[in-house]
Amino acid sequence: MRPVDAVITKFVDETPSTRTIFFDTFFEQVPGQFVMVWVRGVDEIPMALSYENAITVHKAGEATSALFELDECDSIGIRGPFGNGFGISGKNILLISGGVGAAPLAPLAERAASSGISVTTMLGAIKKDELLFGKRFETAGKVLIATDDGSEGRKGYVTDLLDDNDVDADRFDSIYCCGPEPMMKKVLDSSIIPEKVQFSLHRYFKCGIGVCGACCIDGLRVCKDGPVFRGDVLKDTEFGKFKRDGCGCKVKV
Amino acid sequence: MLTTKISGLELKNPLMLAAGIMGTTGGSLKRMARCGAGAVITKSIGIEPKPGHPNPTMVKLRCGYLNAMGLPNPSYKLFQPEIDEAKHAGVPVIASIFGVDASEFSVIAGAINADAFELNVSCPHAEGYGAEIGTDPALVEGITKAVKNATDAPVWVKLTPNVADITETGLAAQKGGADAVVAINTLRGMAIDIESGHPILGNRFGGLSGHGIKPVAVKCVHDLYSALDIPVIGCGGISGWEDVVEFIMAGARAVQIGSAVGDNINIFSDISSCLEAFLSLKLWTLDDIYGMVHEI
Repeated sequence: MRPVDAVITKFVDETPSTRTIFFDTFFEQVPGQFVMVWVRGVDEIPMALSYENAITVHKAGEATSALFELDECDSIGIRGPFGNGFGISGKNILLISGGVGAAPLAPLAERAASSGISVTTMLGAIKKDELLFGKRFETAGKVLIATDDGSEGRKGYVTDLLDDNDVDADRFDSIYCCGPEPMMKKVLDSSIIPEKVQFSLHRYFKCGIGVCGACCIDGLRVCKDGPVFRGDVLKDTEFGKFKRDGCGCKVKV
Repeated sequence: MLTTKISGLELKNPLMLAAGIMGTTGGSLKRMARCGAGAVITKSIGIEPKPGHPNPTMVKLRCGYLNAMGLPNPSYKLFQPEIDEAKHAGVPVIASIFGVDASEFSVIAGAINADAFELNVSCPHAEGYGAEIGTDPALVEGITKAVKNATDAPVWVKLTPNVADITETGLAAQKGGADAVVAINTLRGMAIDIESGHPILGNRFGGLSGHGIKPVAVKCVHDLYSALDIPVIGCGGISGWEDVVEFIMAGARAVQIGSAVGDNINIFSDISSCLEAFLSLKLWTLDDIYGMVHEI
């Protein structure tokens, strides 16, 4: 498909480093799918839809910085949604979110809660004012918070909430995890049964449609077979250890 | 029933993974081999690491796919472990290589250990590489000759259709000592975003693959079969078993499948079983249909 023209209608500054960009076009998605966001003349990058008509951007590279410089009525090109998305199952689910990992998890929390599923969220960020979508997760269910500097909730990483038995992971039917890769690796290496956890992954994408193989983790295409993978599929792979840069060279995660 | 021999390589079927598709990592090549490919060709490997063009690098159009990846690769110095890992799947692994001149091609072919080499003199969207070389028969002959001197492995030359007469470059490859030619690489193309006037591809233009280019590829294979003594490997727009039959009837000894892998990762095993069933039904062998159109 060619990129769909999406005209920007509104900006919401969510935290000092993240901004939600709303546009005039709605995309029906399974939470966890992604879209390719084209800033014309700059680059095209994969992003989660944080609402059916919005993306939430954390300023990182050239393309995300360019997204911060856009104004209302400017437009971006959107292709997608692509990939598989989260499989929602069970009566009682746990979300583990780190930083902008909240972007695909917030729509999941809302979708699950509206179907009568009990939702608990472990929400982590570097500090209090970087906690993303806290209110959305609270509306959907119970929220436990961890911040690196202890400015809100438990001091430490969001995964520490598991170590301290603040949360009993075993009592949940399904667990959904998105955030920085070392955080997700901690969850994969924890005592939680890996089959129970769905991880939403991030890799450098080129084609975005399962052809080129640039985003492969071992043989798995993150853009087409994922971006959501069950933990048992990721065991003993490059996940959490290596990723590939634009040239295809191995780089430590 | 589908076993095929080409330039000394024994293939369990005549269906190979085309260069540039799932070919950057040993793990992805191994997966494609396990999904039924008779041989796999790596992403094109050059002399230095290259990140390629900015995104968008590939877009699906009604008639096929337009891409301009820009030859991203980690360089030949880092690539041997990927080939070695791919070899574990038990099918021939062919290294696609590119360079600016004969000496770059030879350095890479001399340093890499693979079952065969495919010379990319046909990528339509990388300045100084690919089709900028592959449209000149003298350069094609010289590069082929130099690579033949640098390695004992079979050498295939992948040809560009962006020429007036593909048999001229095909004959040049043969004269240079090529063991086979592969036809075709992508056709030059461009797509424009009508909302803004921007070219969609980051590189402005690129190469067209997929369904729309199949008749062009079949004609090229047909013409090369007539003009050359060395085998022709068909490539371009294959998405089903009927396409493979058509290519073989046009004169292809084997074929390569690329873009269609995106929508069907099991395309190799799917086509193999349908191809076998078709041949059984018709009481034909692969040899019977090889170049059949030329007998009629």
